[in-house]
Amino acid sequence: MNISNKDPLLDLEHISKRFGGLQALKDVALTLYPGEVLALAGDNGAGKSTLIKTISGVHKPDTGTIKYCGQVIHLETPHQARDAGIETIYQDLAIADNLDVGGNVFLGREIVKRICGLPFVDRRRMRQEALETLQDLDIHIHHPENPLRSLSGGQRQSVAIGRAIHWKARVLIMDEPTAALGVPEQRKVMEIIERLKKSGVGVIFISHNLNDIFQVSDRILVLRRGEKVGERLISETNHDEVVRMMVAG
Amino acid sequence: MLVEKKITKPAPLAGGEARKAFRWLAVLAAFRAWLFLAILLAAFELWARVAYGGTFVFNPLNVKSIALFTVTPLLLALGQTFVIISGGIDLSVGFTMGLSAVVTAHVYNWAAQSGNSGLSLVVAVAAGLGIAVVPGLINGLLIADLRVPPFIGTLGMYGVARGVAFLLAKGTTVPVQGGLMGAIGNGETLGFPNLVLLTIAIILVMHYLLSHTRYGQHIYAIGGNVNAALRAGINVRNATIALYILSALSAGCAGIFYTAKFSAGAAQAGEPVLLDSIAAVVIGGASLFGGSGTIIGTIIGALIVAVIQYGLVFVNVEPFWQFVAVGVVIIISVLVDQIQKGARK
Repeated sequence: MNISNKDPLLDLEHISKRFGGLQALKDVALTLYPGEVLALAGDNGAGKSTLIKTISGVHKPDTGTIKYCGQVIHLETPHQARDAGIETIYQDLAIADNLDVGGNVFLGREIVKRICGLPFVDRRRMRQEALETLQDLDIHIHHPENPLRSLSGGQRQSVAIGRAIHWKARVLIMDEPTAALGVPEQRKVMEIIERLKKSGVGVIFISHNLNDIFQVSDRILVLRRGEKVGERLISETNHDEVVRMMVAG
Repeated sequence: MLVEKKITKPAPLAGGEARKAFRWLAVLAAFRAWLFLAILLAAFELWARVAYGGTFVFNPLNVKSIALFTVTPLLLALGQTFVIISGGIDLSVGFTMGLSAVVTAHVYNWAAQSGNSGLSLVVAVAAGLGIAVVPGLINGLLIADLRVPPFIGTLGMYGVARGVAFLLAKGTTVPVQGGLMGAIGNGETLGFPNLVLLTIAIILVMHYLLSHTRYGQHIYAIGGNVNAALRAGINVRNATIALYILSALSAGCAGIFYTAKFSAGAAQAGEPVLLDSIAAVVIGGASLFGGSGTIIGTIIGALIVAVIQYGLVFVNVEPFWQFVAVGVVIIISVLVDQIQKGARK
């Protein structure tokens, strides 16, 4: 796939972040194109989560610029990032499993209809719209009126992704999305990522599983001790090289 | 409850038989309160027929008495339902009710000197609700801002409200002078006791709030996964403070009703009802772990408690057995909840 002729969704330059005596990120650059899956790899403590937290508005970088859709942005809070279209899917999912699909996709942004002037939460419409979004991602929920706790881990993961897509996320950051899942469910999440790619969403994908990374990613960026030690097109590298970069630079 | 996966074959661990049994168990657990109420009523009806040759359920006097009996614990339980769904608990409601009853009586007496009893009533009700907001707000601030566990924070407020209520009442009950308060509290409209009608109106408001507004939806989310609520941009702090104010207000209504019914405010008005109110919520299917519960469930729970208490008197059992019976029912309800939670895992 030729990605160089599109404008990047995200363009980070010279990002540094220090926590007290710890240099968490040092002059890191990152570019993400629409419809691209960028894998972030690195050992524990390499700076992966600091980097994604910088993109998602949790941390402010000490130096460097973040360009989003060609414009320099300064994210103060995760809410600003989300409103702009940068969504993070965390390992612990952030799903209220006592609510149904609609309740979760629309959590905090519930649809309300008026009956005799009084606002009523419109559960049926929320459920319908949520299911439509999920269907576009080829996710099928059999009893959508049930609370999410009756769903499998993979399906809950899909609902979390569905929520991000429903709210027009253009950059999706996925932190170990397959870590807690069984093999068939991992495969399903991989399929969803493929589908997101086709629809032009940019995905930043963090995983310990190199097989997953090689399966869905277009590019891989390797961090070590807060520095970018390598960046390769997936088609031009292999497991051994990535591992070597992770441990030895 | 269970969902077949489309991507792969159904997971081999959950066999068809186990699923069916689980589904039945879930249905049974969901309707346990209704079932239990029906069994209770049937048992007392049977007793009435066999022992007295009369009827229990179809005697309007009994129905009216049970309804009036239900009012106070139910009012406390309505606010408590919100709090318990959010994963908290409010132990202060009993004495918030007492505080409200005492203040309502005092203010009514003070305002009645003007000679306008209608206006005095309005002022007294406003004062009774207003004073209830104070412990509610403090509870909310303690829990939302200072991260005090709800059990401890509201237990502290239980003591504070109790002390202040007794101080204001000078250790005794405060009789209400003038008739309008008592007339409303003991009067009937179209054959229905006023207090029952007012309670029904409050029930409708609470049900609307919990089941049909965004606020109610947010309370469920907070009880289900507070991190999810926070990440979804819900203002959990304000919602929590509002919860405890709501709970205190519903206790305040109970206090005002008490003063109206007995023409006197008493600090200890709500003391014996606190446990009954929590029992009503739990028996009604709310989980003490948070995340589930309904107003309708709480109503059924409160009716169960009232029917047990009234029914045991009706069949001439020593009144102390009421405590035993209600206690046992609470424990069974919590056990069912826990078993259900275990089965889901």
